[in-house]
Amino acid sequence: MSLTGALIFMGGLGLALAVILTLANKRLFVAEDPRIDDVEEMLPKTNCGACGSPGCRAFAEACVAGEVNPAKCTVSPPEMTAFIADYLGVELGDEEKIVARLACAGGNHVARMRSQYSGMQSCRAAVAAGGGGKACSWGCLGLADCEQSCDFDAITMDRNGLPVVDEEKCVACNDCVVACPLNLFSLEPVSHRLWVACKSLAEGDEVLADCEVGCTGCARCVADAPDGLITIKNNLAAVDYSKNALASKLPIQRCPTGAIVWLQDSTVEKGAAAKRILRKEPLPLDPTA
Amino acid sequence: MFDFLSFLRKRGTFSHGIHPAENKHYTAHMPIKRLPFAPELVLPLSQHFGAPSEAIVHPGQEVVRGEPIARANGFMSVPLHAPATGRIKRIELMPTAKGPRTPSVILEVYPGDSQEVRYDFPRDYTTMEPKDIVKAVQDTGLVGLGGAAFPTHVKLSPPKEHKVHTVLLNGCECEPFLTTDHRVMLEYPEDLIRGTKILMRALGAERAIIGTEQNKMDAVEAIRAHLPADGPIDVRAVPTKYPQGAEKMLAKALMDVEIPSGNFPSSVGLGVFNVASTAELGALFPHSQGVIERVVTVTGPGIEKPGNYMVPIGTPIRFILNRLGFGGTSNCLIMGGPMMGGSVSSLDVPITKGSGGLLVLTEQILEQQHELSTHPCISCAQCVAACPMHLNPSQLGKLAYKHRYDDMRSDFHLMDCFECGCCSYVCPSGIPLVQYFRIAKSSLREKAARERAAAS
Repeated sequence: MSLTGALIFMGGLGLALAVILTLANKRLFVAEDPRIDDVEEMLPKTNCGACGSPGCRAFAEACVAGEVNPAKCTVSPPEMTAFIADYLGVELGDEEKIVARLACAGGNHVARMRSQYSGMQSCRAAVAAGGGGKACSWGCLGLADCEQSCDFDAITMDRNGLPVVDEEKCVACNDCVVACPLNLFSLEPVSHRLWVACKSLAEGDEVLADCEVGCTGCARCVADAPDGLITIKNNLAAVDYSKNALASKLPIQRCPTGAIVWLQDSTVEKGAAAKRILRKEPLPLDPTA
Repeated sequence: MFDFLSFLRKRGTFSHGIHPAENKHYTAHMPIKRLPFAPELVLPLSQHFGAPSEAIVHPGQEVVRGEPIARANGFMSVPLHAPATGRIKRIELMPTAKGPRTPSVILEVYPGDSQEVRYDFPRDYTTMEPKDIVKAVQDTGLVGLGGAAFPTHVKLSPPKEHKVHTVLLNGCECEPFLTTDHRVMLEYPEDLIRGTKILMRALGAERAIIGTEQNKMDAVEAIRAHLPADGPIDVRAVPTKYPQGAEKMLAKALMDVEIPSGNFPSSVGLGVFNVASTAELGALFPHSQGVIERVVTVTGPGIEKPGNYMVPIGTPIRFILNRLGFGGTSNCLIMGGPMMGGSVSSLDVPITKGSGGLLVLTEQILEQQHELSTHPCISCAQCVAACPMHLNPSQLGKLAYKHRYDDMRSDFHLMDCFECGCCSYVCPSGIPLVQYFRIAKSSLREKAARERAAAS
């Protein structure tokens, strides 16, 4: 008796709940565009955030709603974004490739160390411990926080302890910009070819005491550049990218240290007057500094 | 029954904490001595917590010892005074102990000058209104000399809803090696007591307790000799333990109250001040003078003549070390104590208002440190037993390793960590826990700043 009672009760309960659920499903059904699922399927699902949306699903929703162009996805290969645009019946936008760039060229073969840092191998830890051992307070510490933060293997540390960005692999996800405690990275369109690879605010020749490739603020590039393209701000050359159309290789030619460079196709071109750096090995530590 | 329970609650001290080797024998018995003036003083405009001061001198200008050379930039800032008579050479970026270069005034000291402080305007705190005292304290340029360099006058202006009834004077100096506060209590008890009275008047507090540790009983006696038996000021020694000198730990030990998370001591009616700052206040306030020098413990196995020295603010540490016999490199230096101090990466950094000690190690000690390696966490919970804030450093460390900083803050109270370093000290696996937490906190602070910038 008790068993049948229980079976009837549980069965009845199950049936009643099933009816409620079925009704709720019919009544409260949210019609979702099936294309969102399809587009999400076509996206790389890295959830990197480079497009500005919080994850690939949100990007797919925005694409389907027509709020953003599929070309904003920097991780998908161009064929795939073209395919998505075709699928959605929209014109594929002309998104310029954006990459992360480092505003420092002071590897350990050109930038002097004033003391040896032997603590935890992280730039952020070094910054907390007296700013790390580098003589230049603004320069790259070379402990690879950016390399670790990069999910796309686009950053590798070179033999002189400087991160090198592989522009092919870089998707401009902003992770390295956030990871660097010295704010040396920034996201730049590849057309910004004129680049000042230095952030030292030190005055004039004091920069050279710390680093052989720093910007001394000598303003030769300012003199050679078309009006207003380059200015000196805080002892540092600054390129006004709103006038980027005027940029040429001319301003870099007379730079004595090679701090201002021309970046094209993953090569760094220094001016003719830039000091040649032949040294490969790290500079010795100056124990009296 | 209640007596039994209160015994369990560890009255008179705080729970957890550690007992590192004190190493105070180098300098504890040595009276404060003066060091000569360095030929050039470097005075960073940002020596304190808050907005940097604004220079009011120009290169080439002659200044007199004690004259203001920079004014406070807003309420959360203090002025800066010339530590010596001389000429302003230039104002430029100079390295500081924290690392980044900051704008600093460089003062060339006149070698032949008598270096008298001629700035002296009598001021009587007993007749002044509290708000005038606060303004006058700001004018002295006084900040917490214990290390954090938090402007004293800001502490004297608690939120209106907080009523401070007791002033706690922090003379614990729980950091190993350092003896600055100890010597100040021993040698300047009158200044300390006068300073305490000024603080009490500014805050409207009824009583004050000077708290120190039981390893400084001579200081307790020295102060007690200057106090009436039933006055509002009391001296007490609590058990020696690290980090007794943290304000939350001191409030627990002396008053048996807990300062709620994220709150100032004034929320429970307390004002906590360092004894060296208070003694400085007691000495400067009646003469309207500014902070121009401080006591620095120069100590450690790497220095020939350790001691407690009265050093003008802005003296480069290279000058101090050269005079006291030092043959090592900048690798061996720690500004402050070994637990919470920071390593110094250049000998050109100056003594600032917040530098209470200079610890000089030797290359051999450093080499032993290099041999130590980090192993995985074995969940032994020694860090949990050591953390005075009752956090879970083991779990926090595991999350930090995975860069899960938001989880550390929301689920494990990362922001309550005040970086005392007990966890790193006890960890048998040699995991740099407190370093991880510093990284996490700095990342979270930067993130918050970015979000604020994006929102505005």
